[in-house]
Amino acid sequence: MNTALLAALSLPNLMTRMPGGVAQGIIWGIMALGVYLTFRLLDIADLTVDGSFATGGAVTVMLIIAGYPAYVALIIAVIAGMLAGLCTGLLHTKLGIPAILAGILTQFALYSVNLRIMGMSANKPANPDAYDLLITLRNIPSAIVKGAIFAIVIIAALYWYFGTEQGSAIRATGSNPAMSRAQGININNMKLIGLSLSNGMVALSGGLMAQYQGFADVNMGRGAIVIGLAAVIIGEVLCDAIFRKGSQFYVRLSFVVLGGIVYYLVMVVILWLKLDPNDLKLFTAVIVAVFLAVPYIRSQSKSSFKLAGKQSKKEANHAGT
Amino acid sequence: MLELKSVCKTFNAGTINEKKALQNLSLHLKPGDFVTVIGGNGAGKSTMLNAIAGVWPVDSGSIIIDGVDVTGQPEHKRAAYIGRVFQDPMMGTAPNMQIEENLALALRRGKSRTLRWGVTNAEREQYRELLSTLGLGLEDRLTAKVGLLSGGQRQALTLLMASMQKPKLLLLDEHTAALDPATAAKVLELSDRIVKENNLTAMMITHNMKDAILHGTRLIMMHEGHIILDVEGEEKAKLTKHELMDKFAQVAGTQIESDQILLS
Repeated sequence: MNTALLAALSLPNLMTRMPGGVAQGIIWGIMALGVYLTFRLLDIADLTVDGSFATGGAVTVMLIIAGYPAYVALIIAVIAGMLAGLCTGLLHTKLGIPAILAGILTQFALYSVNLRIMGMSANKPANPDAYDLLITLRNIPSAIVKGAIFAIVIIAALYWYFGTEQGSAIRATGSNPAMSRAQGININNMKLIGLSLSNGMVALSGGLMAQYQGFADVNMGRGAIVIGLAAVIIGEVLCDAIFRKGSQFYVRLSFVVLGGIVYYLVMVVILWLKLDPNDLKLFTAVIVAVFLAVPYIRSQSKSSFKLAGKQSKKEANHAGT
Repeated sequence: MLELKSVCKTFNAGTINEKKALQNLSLHLKPGDFVTVIGGNGAGKSTMLNAIAGVWPVDSGSIIIDGVDVTGQPEHKRAAYIGRVFQDPMMGTAPNMQIEENLALALRRGKSRTLRWGVTNAEREQYRELLSTLGLGLEDRLTAKVGLLSGGQRQALTLLMASMQKPKLLLLDEHTAALDPATAAKVLELSDRIVKENNLTAMMITHNMKDAILHGTRLIMMHEGHIILDVEGEEKAKLTKHELMDKFAQVAGTQIESDQILLS
């Protein structure tokens, strides 16, 4: 780094950017809760979210432009997202398509659907001056508070739901499908419910993000699954580091949202360092790959063919001398 | 309690790997029958249990449990009548969930899963009592993840889960085969006790002839997808290992190449 660049970096500038990062982090954190539901509880990597995030944004903005109140627009966006999840679920459970492919197919199709929703334009603005938006980057403190309220309500709802008989059945489905069937659980239905709920949350997050940034964009969900996974993983690593003996479900969920915030703050720092924003995706992918690999690498460091081979040679040498 | 009427199942029909796993299999179990099932590899023992449990649909024939024709019902619906313990100790429990959550899932077998709380305090007392009968100290570890338990502990827990919501039929598929001898003996003893105390109708597959003779009230031997020997009561009690092997040779029409492999 040359001195001119270093001189251009001002700490106050970084500080002023932080609150915006927190607000965006909370919104992405809500989306990460949806990813957590499928990835950790159902054991499905659901790629629908890239599409359903944009669907949430598109539906919200179009309805707000059409004169509906923001909260009504969000409710309908959630329903749209749930339908997208249901679609993936039906492709998977009724037509036997592997879950990851079913998600890719839905996501692919949603691109066209989202364009249709937005009247065939790739970008639809919702000016905060013209419309009554729930949250906007013009008022970041309010956006943070409202985003946090959304996150807390959703975490409370998830904590309750996954403690019920039905929620337990969904968790069992992800943990051991054979056992679940033997205990009379219709695992296909559980997957449908889980995928719908997850994408409903993702669409809600998309609806909030569209309002926050003041527009919906057909590409706004691109890479959402990776960002969601990054938030989930960062949150889990932090949670395990702080609570070594395991933690309550609501604590883990809170850390997923916190993971979203941490992710966005890191992004703010990277942008502040004047790194090329086009490299962000590469950077994110590397982070996610590293954290996903950690459990495997850890187990390999305890036991692997390489280690066993070394051990064997050592013993042979020992016996030889 | 259970009736199988000419049940047939062929795997990979029409291919070079075609395997007629069940051939006109008929069987009638009275309430309280505890049947041990023996037979060589590929005789159709596990296939019979899977057919009853509804892991896949049968090709023909009917399966009737306590007067209800379940032939057209999928696995999760039949679960209302059936408790199962698998050969793999990992298969019968959800490792990421707590002991009490696993028990709570089993308590609701055959009931619709509502939005009521998944585990209630009243249940916890019941679970503690039930677990203490195992003598494994699990009653003090209600909130421990099941993934932390040993194979034997998990199998004992699975037995409890299969029987706590009294099933019309208990299916034990070589459930001690993957355990060490001492643990296997304990789990077997526990199975005996649970079947007797709850007066269950049960089927148990085993590779151990001694166990097959010692346990249960009735013994069936399978060969090539159907039953070739069916003894109960006095006759079963008097059976010896050698008689069983002779009978096998006689009925199957072939010598046992190695009793070690088939029915050790």
